[in-house]
Amino acid sequence: MAASITEIKRGLNKGEFSSVEITQDYLARIARHNPALNCFISVTDEIALEQARAADAALAKGEVAPLTGVPLAHKDLFCTDGVKTTCASRILDNFIAPYDATVIENFKRDGAVMLGKTNMDEFAMGSSNENSSYGNVANPWNTEHVPGGSSGGSAAAVAAGLAPGATGTDTGGSIRQPAALCGVTGIKPTYGRVSRYGMIAYGSSLDQGGPFARSAEDCALLLQTMSGFDGRDSTSAEQPAPDYSGALGQGIEGLKIGLPKEYFADGLDGRIAGVIETAIDELRKLGAEIVDVSLPNTGLSIPTYYVIAMAECSSNLSRFDGVRFGHRCEHPVDLEDLYKRSRGEGFGAEVKRRIMIGTYALSAGYYDAYYLKAQQLRRMIKQDFQQAFDDVDLILGPTTPETAFKIGAKTDDPVSMYLQDIYTISLNLAGLPGMSLPVGFSDGLPVGMQLIGNYFDEAGLLNAAHSYQQVSDWHLQVPEAFQ
Amino acid sequence: MSLKPTDVRNIAHLARLHIDEADIDRYAADLSSILDLVDQMNQIDSSGVAPLSNPLDATQRLRDDEVTETDQRDKFQKIAPDVEQGLYRVPKVIE
Amino acid sequence: MSEWESVIGLEIHAQLATKSKIFSGASTAFGADPNTQACAVDLGLPGVLPVLNRAAVTMAVRFGVAIDAEIDHRSVFARKNYFYPDLPKGYQISQFELPIVGKGHIFISPAEGEHKEIGITRAHLEEDAGKSIHDQFPDQSGIDLNRAGTPLLEIVSEPDMRSAKEAVAYARKIHSLVRYLEICDGNMQEGSFRCDANVSVRRKGDQKLGIRAELKNINSFRFLERAINFEIERQIDLIEDGGSVVQETRLYDSERDETRSMRSKEEANDYRYFPDPDLLPVAITDEDIAAIRASLPELPEQKKQRYIDELGLSDYNAELLTASRETAAYFEAALAAAPEQNAQLANWILGDLTGALNKAGIDVSESPITPLMLTQLISRIADNTISGKIAKEVFEAMWQGEGDADGIIEARGLKQITDSGAIESLIDDVIAANPDQVEQFRAGKDKVLGFFVGQVMKQSQGKANPGQVNAMLREKLKS
Repeated sequence: MAASITEIKRGLNKGEFSSVEITQDYLARIARHNPALNCFISVTDEIALEQARAADAALAKGEVAPLTGVPLAHKDLFCTDGVKTTCASRILDNFIAPYDATVIENFKRDGAVMLGKTNMDEFAMGSSNENSSYGNVANPWNTEHVPGGSSGGSAAAVAAGLAPGATGTDTGGSIRQPAALCGVTGIKPTYGRVSRYGMIAYGSSLDQGGPFARSAEDCALLLQTMSGFDGRDSTSAEQPAPDYSGALGQGIEGLKIGLPKEYFADGLDGRIAGVIETAIDELRKLGAEIVDVSLPNTGLSIPTYYVIAMAECSSNLSRFDGVRFGHRCEHPVDLEDLYKRSRGEGFGAEVKRRIMIGTYALSAGYYDAYYLKAQQLRRMIKQDFQQAFDDVDLILGPTTPETAFKIGAKTDDPVSMYLQDIYTISLNLAGLPGMSLPVGFSDGLPVGMQLIGNYFDEAGLLNAAHSYQQVSDWHLQVPEAFQ
Repeated sequence: MSLKPTDVRNIAHLARLHIDEADIDRYAADLSSILDLVDQMNQIDSSGVAPLSNPLDATQRLRDDEVTETDQRDKFQKIAPDVEQGLYRVPKVIE
Repeated sequence: MSEWESVIGLEIHAQLATKSKIFSGASTAFGADPNTQACAVDLGLPGVLPVLNRAAVTMAVRFGVAIDAEIDHRSVFARKNYFYPDLPKGYQISQFELPIVGKGHIFISPAEGEHKEIGITRAHLEEDAGKSIHDQFPDQSGIDLNRAGTPLLEIVSEPDMRSAKEAVAYARKIHSLVRYLEICDGNMQEGSFRCDANVSVRRKGDQKLGIRAELKNINSFRFLERAINFEIERQIDLIEDGGSVVQETRLYDSERDETRSMRSKEEANDYRYFPDPDLLPVAITDEDIAAIRASLPELPEQKKQRYIDELGLSDYNAELLTASRETAAYFEAALAAAPEQNAQLANWILGDLTGALNKAGIDVSESPITPLMLTQLISRIADNTISGKIAKEVFEAMWQGEGDADGIIEARGLKQITDSGAIESLIDDVIAANPDQVEQFRAGKDKVLGFFVGQVMKQSQGKANPGQVNAMLREKLKS
């Protein structure tokens, strides 16, 4: 089973199968495979079937919205009205969100069906999905390996065919890195393109929602629904989203693609470099012009990112205090005890580390050395990209320095885990759109290629990826155990 | 940059996080290694560069002054750990 | 005492009179059931985001323009991080660097003839916290977040005040200004206008500021004066006894009339301010500022100057009449009906009317005597229908709700006696009854005339025209 969203839409519209049928198929696959993969924190069968029935009724009446009847999974940090929304944290284990995120509202508006809520690194902090209080997620290509993170559940679900598409969020690579490690396509749009309202914040100035699917063509459909101005998010861009599907198929003849030399330097697994080179050759054949560019401050993006993300998260996560929602410790003796134990029990080790570093970086006497410095470097990193985009249409490189590593391989060393994000996080700092698409394998594990676009040029990214996917079939590969 | 156990305790207090005494040394080591990573920022002279807080350098949109929200207390308090007479309850606050 | 000088700065929190909250669409109306006006954003639910209310920005700029302040084209919101149950997000959205209103100033008149300029360091926008209720449950506090997210303008003065009296004059001036500007209802009981005072003392001549205490929980101007005076005494006593002042927050207890240290806030705060990444810098253009300037009403300083220049009122009376928007409105309504009577109106409003209002504890806007009623009364003095003395009686009757001046004069028969025949007969009676005094007058003791006038007025029950009585008496006594 490797149906694409495009195919599902066609089948539903032609009446080849009903939404209830396809939804039941996916629910059955989830029931069968989720125990091994642990992609889902919640499976919302009843809601899914109810929405599927409503979709079938609408289809019968000819009322077809863009995603009517298409089953999808959502990362468990999008608030879903009446449905448990945990951020994979113990502190929200009992949290039934009382409202829908804008992204969720948009999917409801467009007729989609919700299969369930996917596993993730707690509060989106992690690159391996090992920081989940609901257990780690296995990579469908090799269940001893991580799926990447933080949106590991969504990526693995799409890779294993437990959902044809899923939502994710990307603060430092949390869509692109798991997409790469699981061999699926994922796009992180320009900051401000997708509303953050109802998307539980990790690093507010970096977070951006986006879709996973098998192909760029499917991502275009999902991104269309997710995108658009939202008056409830002050950082939402007042730019109308173009017709992403309509922009596909323009080809890449004459497109100028830059290869940042810093992305192909030490630290990149040579086998990955080889796979990427092959993909670049394909793009050349399609008429793209490949040139070298430089992003000199790439090396600084990791410390810069971690200071900003941790500072923002230390403040964003203060609201989890055991007073109005979420976990509260037993028998607090006083207010301080209530705060400290509720939070101490509720948050996992990585979340605590990040809150503490962020608290430290913002505290009196350190602000200038850490936070202000990071903001200055952030501008320099953005300027690197702006200069590069003076000369090229797209930038291309590997998504990750290595393929999916073994579960437990990096859990004792937070810093080595952070280095996984070297190619992805600078985009979040700059606010640029980027996507990862599968371009081959190394030792049986998928390799992802990252395309980086200029501001609000998601259409250009999707078109380039689609062009490549028209002449390749890496995105159609399904791990044997899940075929 | 190396953090001592007392630093960890102070930071944990500021962040209102209970940390088991047995884990303090581990946190001190982890946080210190993160700070070492972060200190790489000092390799670059950024003096004179304007800080960037929002990637798009955009400005704030303003909302019209209208009441658009209705009372949803029951719904919101259904998920609260301790509510009585419409109030959220916490251990007595002493002023 | 005289070797000491006190140094006072005020932080005033004025709740802005918006319909909805600063970052959400929940109502700001006072007095609703607990937590019924706390929406998802106000509760700090996971995933919610703030969007800034335009009216809050406009009101802050109105204030800035009115105090002649620098208004930056860019203003930034910052998070002030601390944990407290009435602070739902664990941070307050406030402003730190780049407040909306920069340096400005205002003039106060703490006593007749005194004028002083007080510097305003800055005024910034922020959200209010909720309320903790301590007396509802035995071992727990209850949290009501209806107030959370109400827009506040925090107005920070320079430490320019040297006495409690000056501090009160400044606070009253700001209070009056925000009401003139219609940006705050000024209701101190409901907490719409709150003052914190930073108080320190130093020996006269010292340049260095002493260590200050911050006084909180002051909800009236009277308490502000008392709290500051108590604190000044406390600090002087402390230093004179060889101790030293600690920098701390102290709570004013109006029942005991003392300030005391707040234990719970003793811990040194590290607020970890940083720009709120959920909000973008606010851009304010010169055109915005010009439009707001053009929309301002006549401000108290301008009004006062106009009263002095155009109406010839004294500086002091002009200051008092413009001290509140309502008083000025009352005066101007009365003035419109009797433009030539401005001095009399000022005297009546600042004298009898203010006295009666204070005694009754009501605002001028609730006065049972309307501006037109007062004008009519003053006109009856001017046209000699009644004397000034009778007017007091009429005023009292109007206050008691007996009707307007003409009705009362008619009903009570208070019309002045101007018939010279009637007055003459009263005078004759009085002269006949007091031969000794007549002798004295004729012997040159001029001031006995006053005695005769008093007697005649008494006989007329106050209704004789005093001027007429005076002139006729002189004639009669000379002959």
